Amino acid sequence: MVIVEKKHSNSMRLISLLIDITSRPSGVIGLSLVTFHVLMAIFGTQLTPYDYKEVNANLMLQGPSTAHWFGTDHLGRDTFSRTLLGGREAILITGIATPIAVMWGGFVGMFFGLVGGRLDEVLMRVVDAFLSLPWILKMLVLIVTFGTGIGVLIPTLAFFYGIPVIRVSRAATHDIVARDFVQAARARGHSRITIMRLELFPNVRDALLVEGAMRWSWMLLAFSSLSFLGFGVSPPTPDWGLMIADARGFMSFAPSGVIAPVLGLSSLIIGINLTADALAKALGIDRAQKAPV
Amino acid sequence: MLQMISRRLFLGIITVFLVSVIIFTGVEILPGDACTAFLERDAHGKLLENCRIEQGLNAPAISRYVDWVSGALVGDLGTTLNGQKKIIDLVGFRLRNTLLLASMATLIGVPLALFLGVVAALWRDRAADLTISTFTIGAMSIPEFVLATLLILVFSIWLGWIPGIVLTSYDAPLGEFFPAIFLPVIVLTLVMTAHILRTVRSSVIEAMASDYAQMATLKGVPYWRIVFRHVLPNALLPVINVVALTIAWLLGGVVVIESVFNYPGLGRMMIDSISDRDLPVTQAIALIIASVYVAVNLTADILTMMANPRLRTLHTRRR
Repeated sequence: MVIVEKKHSNSMRLISLLIDITSRPSGVIGLSLVTFHVLMAIFGTQLTPYDYKEVNANLMLQGPSTAHWFGTDHLGRDTFSRTLLGGREAILITGIATPIAVMWGGFVGMFFGLVGGRLDEVLMRVVDAFLSLPWILKMLVLIVTFGTGIGVLIPTLAFFYGIPVIRVSRAATHDIVARDFVQAARARGHSRITIMRLELFPNVRDALLVEGAMRWSWMLLAFSSLSFLGFGVSPPTPDWGLMIADARGFMSFAPSGVIAPVLGLSSLIIGINLTADALAKALGIDRAQKAPV
Repeated sequence: MLQMISRRLFLGIITVFLVSVIIFTGVEILPGDACTAFLERDAHGKLLENCRIEQGLNAPAISRYVDWVSGALVGDLGTTLNGQKKIIDLVGFRLRNTLLLASMATLIGVPLALFLGVVAALWRDRAADLTISTFTIGAMSIPEFVLATLLILVFSIWLGWIPGIVLTSYDAPLGEFFPAIFLPVIVLTLVMTAHILRTVRSSVIEAMASDYAQMATLKGVPYWRIVFRHVLPNALLPVINVVALTIAWLLGGVVVIESVFNYPGLGRMMIDSISDRDLPVTQAIALIIASVYVAVNLTADILTMMANPRLRTLHTRRR
């Protein structure tokens, strides 16, 4: 890890980071996939050839044709249009939940890493206890109780995906908390908040950035799994997980209905993973040491 | 050494205890209880009161918690909501089925990941590594249910080799799960291999670049001897923990796969119990899965301690 000693201007640093990422092939491919999907999520409704909720009983389960590139689904809706828009809900929800998760997890991790001692030890046991329950159980219990709206999914995802971030942030804090400049700040009588803001955060930030990118891809996987199981978005909203679940029953004679959303979902997650890889290399963090939690 | 193991064991027990508290408080905090869930629309007045008395829900939370935990300790997980069946009888077979799935995936996946990871590391940035790394990113980026759906499409529908769903009853003898179990095992193995392989690869690359590996090269130790005697024992030590985390992750990931393949395991029972709002069953399954998770991680920690000479001698020297 690079210890930030001097303060560069933030925008300069961001630009040089972007240049570094785009100088790697994985970064270029990853970033363009992610950008494409985000743009589609924002402007897609104007760009798709057909309306995503336009039902046409005469066109049920058609195969691919020049009019409908990936055929139509069981209600005669254009699969290609729905696939292009299939990430809207997922990107919106995870796009809000990921920064919240990284921020609160990062803050709590830094705080307890700085405080240390008994309190830290107790908190880590609580974190362990939360992590030992499967994510799907925690999510499903809350969703079944409170419903599946955006207002439930965002806080739920943000809360549960922030917990593993605590670990990462705490570990990164532990590496630097014994350094001279933290000791000096303590000796100067700075408050804990000031130390966290000025001394710890600049050094933990890189680890949190990479962690955030990874959390985002895992959150998307989780979100689409929930939709697939019928606990995510509600019809007629186009969503990849839901589309795959719907089209699965007709897979034997209309496979394009499954293949299109699979391509949509996978290309976004591959894009995020490639970007995260390039980001980690640009920041000098070994991403592969991390286990899936 | 013994001291460290017992300390780790103690922490593990504390974690399981905290899990039980979290599960119990979670169920308490959420609106509604087992009786409102069971009676649904009729949950008011006399019926609700009777049900609460029957289920013992009027007792204070603390005493219900103690009852629940002390029952769980001796293997009594209570009865299902309608009071018909003992949960332990239902869970037993399904736990067995899930363990069959998970252990098959582990037995194939771990050796495969070790082999491919070492190959990718030793031939870094060459064709073998690029192929393996591409496969890894792919397997990590495709959700399990997508992989499962695609495999069903190819192997069950187009080729017709293996049945796409499991139709076996949950209490059937293990042999009857073949050959339908192959597809879920393949999916789990692929995802698992990808995760472990990444760690193996980077761990071996790091060890190959270390001072002791370079020292061995300089004094003329043959390449393969360096790999097998100097590098691998050191590089594979951290892998134990990642294998444990991945196995523990399997328990969560298996839920989706069991639903796709209609496999009668613990994961599908969990989803069913949550959908039916059968809180006693959900609680019991949560506790079982969390305990397995803690046990697997604990085993990995202890194995790492025993395998690591630095930790092994740390405390014995003082005596």
